[in-house]
Amino acid sequence: MVIEQEKMQRLATRMVEEEVKGRSPWADARKRFLRNKAAMAGLVILILVALFALFGDMLAVWSNEELDFSVMGQVATMGAPSLENGHYFGTDDLGRDLFSRTVQGTQISLMVGIVGAGIAVIVGTLYGATAGYVGGRTDQFMMRAVDILMSVPYMFVLILLLVMFGRSIAMLFLGIGLISWLEMSRIVRGQTLSLKNREFIEAARATGVSTWKIIIRHIVPNLLGVVAVYATLLVPLMILTESFISFLGLGVQEPLTSWGALISEGAGTMNYGTLWQLAFPLFFFVITLFGFFFVGDGLRDALDPKDR
Amino acid sequence: MTRPLLDVRDLRVTFHIRREGDLPWTQPRELHAVGGVDFSLAPGETLGVVGESGCGKSTLARALIGLVPAEGQAEWIDGKDLIGLSPRQMMKYRNDIQMVFQDPLASLNPRMTVGQIIAEPLTTHHPGLKRAEVKERVKAMMEKVGLLPNQINRYPHEFSGGQCQRIGIARALIVEPKLIICDEPVSALDVSIQAQVINLLIRLQRELGLALIFIAHDLSVVKHISDRVMVLYLGRVMEIASSDDLYAAPQHPYTQALLSAVPVPDPAHDMAASVVPLAGDLPSPLAPPSGCVFRTRCPRATERCAAEVPVLSGAGHQTACHFPGPLTEAEIAFARRTEAA
Ligand SMILES: Nc1ncnc2c1ncn2[C@@H]1O[C@H](COP(=O)(O)OP(=O)(O)OP(=O)(O)O)[C@@H](O)[C@H]1O
Ligand SMILES: [Mg+2]
Repeated sequence: MVIEQEKMQRLATRMVEEEVKGRSPWADARKRFLRNKAAMAGLVILILVALFALFGDMLAVWSNEELDFSVMGQVATMGAPSLENGHYFGTDDLGRDLFSRTVQGTQISLMVGIVGAGIAVIVGTLYGATAGYVGGRTDQFMMRAVDILMSVPYMFVLILLLVMFGRSIAMLFLGIGLISWLEMSRIVRGQTLSLKNREFIEAARATGVSTWKIIIRHIVPNLLGVVAVYATLLVPLMILTESFISFLGLGVQEPLTSWGALISEGAGTMNYGTLWQLAFPLFFFVITLFGFFFVGDGLRDALDPKDR
Repeated sequence: MTRPLLDVRDLRVTFHIRREGDLPWTQPRELHAVGGVDFSLAPGETLGVVGESGCGKSTLARALIGLVPAEGQAEWIDGKDLIGLSPRQMMKYRNDIQMVFQDPLASLNPRMTVGQIIAEPLTTHHPGLKRAEVKERVKAMMEKVGLLPNQINRYPHEFSGGQCQRIGIARALIVEPKLIICDEPVSALDVSIQAQVINLLIRLQRELGLALIFIAHDLSVVKHISDRVMVLYLGRVMEIASSDDLYAAPQHPYTQALLSAVPVPDPAHDMAASVVPLAGDLPSPLAPPSGCVFRTRCPRATERCAAEVPVLSGAGHQTACHFPGPLTEAEIAFARRTEAA
């Protein structure tokens, strides 16, 4: 029997020395996500929309505020989409370039969605995890506060706020941020309650890890799956809320615009033969919503394989 | 006699149970999960704790470590009573008392690497340590419990149950505690792995001079590892004695019934003939029997057992029974008849 002593020795030391990289639960989820075709399609769409929002301005010939006097007054005939005069998506009723208006609307709408969901993730997660983990009276008090806030008809309050303090984008963010985290905090609390009695939390408590560290180090990372899924589904909801308000004419103010405002304008002039004014913003609106829903669905399947 | 590491006197844990739909002013029902337990533990000694499911073994462990509020006294070697310490005062002792849990995988955070898990007690109690040093000590500890140190970046789900329990043991040992409480550390493991883990615990205990409280639900597991064994029933101590005494000459009828069910590795031994059955079910801990809590299932119970609570008595070999002693043939036959009925 000839086992090369030296080689074996080297193998043995290498086995001990080289640190093996672990396969984290996140890596597993990523692999499942990458294999999900619908989710990947959604992701590609979202990336394209984001690129459009970020770099669309560079392609635009016209700025979003300029009026093109050559088409003014005859938008229905001269303002149609064309490559020659640089109005790729045509112009709106006033002769402004719809392409750069759509780029800007996309920026605003995406921002509203992402900021709203971001607030929900940060505030909702910490609030819900604290309430659930601390429990007792603190929990009762914190969750009753959420109940009360949720029982307020928020659309009504938001509209009131916008009417009272004037329409500004800051007000819009504030209003949407105020409501977005409520549902999230409830979901997170429920999850925390079921995590709280797991043995690894008990192990951490037994060695004296502080409450705050347990929440941050043990509870929150185990919640992130649910939070990520809910957040991706929350973005389109925020976009819808903003669009609805803008559609009512209470959202962002000219010269700023958003999908909702553009769709509203487009719908208003539908009967004059300028369908492109509705079609382009609507197209972006719809594919983005679909994109987010597909990605959210894919995330859920990837993070919770048992669910299928 | 040397000072005991831990001296527990009349330790009680009472849970207040509220039923669904109770009005706010109704008195909650009291559940005495641990009802006055006494024992002492010398440094480096192993105490086995045995009892049926629900008899308060885990609750006892959790009370000692300050995870549930308890009454009574648990004096540490430095003279401090651990019961009722504020969280800040308790912090010092959390380093000296560590715990190993029943479910190996569930006691490890699935989102943390093995290195992070084992290091957590260390970084909690010695926040000043350098990263490299922590890693060094974690690796040394992994080696000690029989894990490959190069697996430090792996996640719990990549390990088997036995390996996960080794991770749990490494986490408990890393801060060099004086006492480790093992709450059924092998119940969730295969029999062959059980022996490995128990042998590991025995080896580490000898090397490091640890005291162990080893909880199990049957007597066969603790026999190997314990210096002394305590038998619990409905949160009360039935019998406590040195391991040799307890297995050779059990005095309490409950201990004898438990022991008769332990498999004997002797082909000539007839299990069916030797088992003393326990009549009836475990009474609800919400409404324990009066007097001796075991009397409802005891073949020797008399009126006195219903009236008077037996105290734990005896020197060395202590028994809480009015009529201790080996069961007679007649009593065993009586137990069989009531079981069959
Ligand atoms: N947090 C709690 N609130 C109310 N009752 C509890 C609580 N924890 C335990 N109990 C009750 O206390 C009793 C003892 O439970 P414990 O978990 O200590 O038993 P155990 O001996 O560890 O059982 P097992 O072998 O199943 O682990 C049980 O009747 C249980 O229902
Ligand atoms: Mg238990």
